[in-house]
Amino acid sequence: MSIFVNKETRLVVQGITGKEGQFHTRQCIEYGTKVVAGVTPGKGGQTMDGVPVFNTVRSAVEATGANASMIFVPPAFCGDAIMEAADGGVELIVAITEGIPVLDMVKVKNFLAAKTCRLIGPNCPGIITPGECKIGIMPGKIHMAGGPVGVISRSGTLTYEVVDQLTKLGIGQTTCIGIGGDPVNGTNFIDVLGAFENDPDTRGIVMVGEIGGSAEEEAAAYIKAHVTKPVVGFIAGLTAPPGRRMGHAGAIISGSSGTGQAKIEAMEKNGIRVCKNLGIIGEVCKEVF
Amino acid sequence: MKIHEYQAKELFRTFGVPVPDGGVAFSVEEAVDIAKGLGAYPVVVKAQIHAGGRGKGGGVKLAASEAEAKDHAGDILGMTLVTHQTGPEGRLVKKLLVEAGQEIAKELYLSILVDRATAGIVIMASQEGGMDIEEVAAKTPEKIIKVRVDPLTGIQGYHLREVGFGLELPTAALRGFSTLLKNLYTLFVKNDCSLLEINPLILTKDDKVMALDAKVDIDSNALFRHRSLLEYRDLDEEDPLEVEASKFNLNYINLDGNVGNIVNGAGLAMATMDIIKNAGAEPANFMDVGGGATAEMVENALRIILMDEKVKAVLINIFGGILRCDVFAQGVVAAAQKTGITIPVVVRMEGTNVERGKEILAASGLNLINAVDLKDAAEKVAAAI
Repeated sequence: MSIFVNKETRLVVQGITGKEGQFHTRQCIEYGTKVVAGVTPGKGGQTMDGVPVFNTVRSAVEATGANASMIFVPPAFCGDAIMEAADGGVELIVAITEGIPVLDMVKVKNFLAAKTCRLIGPNCPGIITPGECKIGIMPGKIHMAGGPVGVISRSGTLTYEVVDQLTKLGIGQTTCIGIGGDPVNGTNFIDVLGAFENDPDTRGIVMVGEIGGSAEEEAAAYIKAHVTKPVVGFIAGLTAPPGRRMGHAGAIISGSSGTGQAKIEAMEKNGIRVCKNLGIIGEVCKEVF
Repeated sequence: MKIHEYQAKELFRTFGVPVPDGGVAFSVEEAVDIAKGLGAYPVVVKAQIHAGGRGKGGGVKLAASEAEAKDHAGDILGMTLVTHQTGPEGRLVKKLLVEAGQEIAKELYLSILVDRATAGIVIMASQEGGMDIEEVAAKTPEKIIKVRVDPLTGIQGYHLREVGFGLELPTAALRGFSTLLKNLYTLFVKNDCSLLEINPLILTKDDKVMALDAKVDIDSNALFRHRSLLEYRDLDEEDPLEVEASKFNLNYINLDGNVGNIVNGAGLAMATMDIIKNAGAEPANFMDVGGGATAEMVENALRIILMDEKVKAVLINIFGGILRCDVFAQGVVAAAQKTGITIPVVVRMEGTNVERGKEILAASGLNLINAVDLKDAAEKVAAAI
């Protein structure tokens, strides 16, 4: 089993004819993802590597039965693209785009509150159920199918590092999700933790956080109350200075809030095994799971 | 993007938020001219730098006469102002705001910000103006009024009333306050602000409200639709190496340590800084070349790190995904050939095309230290300094 995506997932790619869109669509197809449609306004009727391109998400969904979307639309238009996907009838939206203005995302998030679909991202590597479905830009081959570990992270390459260590130690993954580095995003830690808790094949969870905001603290309290499976945590940015945006728009210590130390304390207090050295996180997982 | 107080007040005037009369001065003479033009004393002379705590550091002074205004301007202009936000090295003051002094009946606090947790726009206000608001929030949270505005419907009359009555303003001041707050919200949304803070907002003796201070941060991701705001960027307030890095779309932050590092991806870059510290050294910077970096970007990243005189060794940590290791290696070789490497450089690469990347580095003849994994890399770089 897995969460959110599997071999039945039917993907539409918004922005499929752009440079990034084309490259990553090919990578996803090569991995085995069922890419059934693409959307680029004005290019409806064309194909990209045999994938039919439509002008709108709604027409793509009607023609192909797509139930998930991957978005590579530039930041200025990405809020619009997410809302189009939500209204167009897909159940899962994965927004890869980095650099969406936060006030756009604030509107999108409130718009989505009245919908039933799920948004992952933006500014994220995507989601992968190894061996079944890859929606995003992560390198597929570092993953190992079959579980038993679920991975959730705010970061991209940092997640690859963690997954790579797991795989090299023979620890497979059920599903790996990057929820993105923006201050306002769709799916949060708690949503994913709940899903992993309910997935019988996931027997342990790795949670990778970073400085900024309070999502890790809230997740830690949730874990104590609702998660019975062991959780290994990691927080990036202990050496980051306050008031500076560390690459990710959301990775900033504001005043005294959002520090790595506070997050680690909250996680340890709630029974999470926090690994403080990224170089050995695989070994720690091997010990715990 | 941070902007100066005087620039924030320009925006305030444009959007109908009352501020004291005044102007910006780049010399003592200009400061005196502005003071004379205001027609009455006292005037306030305020250092313009991108940091808070200016008053405590001696960067804000009240002048009761033209002679005093001249003295204060002379003292503040050109001083190195040290506040809790500048770091010990302080910031050179190159401009002043000269404003009419006000008769203050009460000091209030007012801010608008994006609340990550609720994905709303939140108005915060307090009667404890002029204080450190974090301290007020920690010690007496009941003294903070928080009102969340739904960004889809925007600010409504009841939001204004909740804040206005919550601040226990005199009835005569309520109408003026409501207009101020409504205009402030419009300014916030129209300019893609990420933070807007007035501390203090003052109530004058004749029941008017006015922004005595102004702090505005603009969302850098939204600058593409605010070309005019780009003029507010002040390169004097930025680290020269950071300015250089920004020309190449590199996410770079200059820090105090001596181990330079280059990483792809923000999370991994932060974790790499942490692991350097774990190994007993201090990171000299944060440098994220991004997921889709080109050889040219990598070349510039290494060049900038090597320009930093503090740097005694460099750790390069790449997890090749979109950025392939061979592309990365080409960038390293190009930079090394152009600038020359005279300090130890430890390279750890993993992921897409890693074998090809290692071949390129080996064939270059460069004196690089190879690391097998992240732990090994951190230990090797700490041992090298």
